[in-house]
Amino acid sequence: MTTSADPVRIVIVDDADIVSARQQGRETAEKLGLSATESTLVATAISEIARNIMSHAGEGEIAIHMVAVEGARGIEVVARDDGPGIADIERAMQDGYSTGPGLGLGLPGARRLMDEFDVTSEVGVGTTVVMRKWCSK
Amino acid sequence: MAVPILKQGEYLIASIQSAMTDGEALRLRDDLVRQVGRFRSRGIIVDVTALDVLDSFAARSLSTIAHMTRLRGAATVIVGVQPEVAFAMVQLGLAFEDIHTALDLEEGLQFLDSRTGSG
Repeated sequence: MTTSADPVRIVIVDDADIVSARQQGRETAEKLGLSATESTLVATAISEIARNIMSHAGEGEIAIHMVAVEGARGIEVVARDDGPGIADIERAMQDGYSTGPGLGLGLPGARRLMDEFDVTSEVGVGTTVVMRKWCSK
Repeated sequence: MAVPILKQGEYLIASIQSAMTDGEALRLRDDLVRQVGRFRSRGIIVDVTALDVLDSFAARSLSTIAHMTRLRGAATVIVGVQPEVAFAMVQLGLAFEDIHTALDLEEGLQFLDSRTGSG
């Protein structure tokens, strides 16, 4: 898989950054030729993941890349934080499970919106979410 | 940017103009709950036509507006959810099941008229 050399990076510190991150995601998705619906799914997933960073870690970063593999093009979103980490990822991926103020839809919801979704986390070190959506055309 | 709220007879109409931050969503909630009392409003329309994303936080804020203002004696209807937004919301697991929705402002007004017995 090849990754674009210069990803768009958005530092997530406050709620305005959540809006910027999802707008950047939509822009990149549209540039890649994803449909309006697919771009909305990507923007919504980024919004959920960015809010997770804010609620659980306080701050972090979202990097948005264009990726290509065997002729398929897509968007890759990498969300990273140095927060408390997730002790039980399996549980965190269940609908309605929340340790924060949210609905508990963040991680499982974002997974349903994207084609690929992967969480790695270490307690006391941080959390990384990698998610991708491929161009359907 | 604060969401403008127009008073039209017994109703309050909040038209969200652009992407809304979490803070702005909470402010809209507080403003509407307060203004329902101030203007003795019977109905509220929140127009989300301009929103290209409705994530779990925004959806929960809108639900809370509907529930809080109901306790203050007003009916709330959310209008203008765009087709792509509706698709994403369902995938996300949000269905607005316990609140009233209508296609657009006109339908929203009709709904409130039928609820409040005016018009």
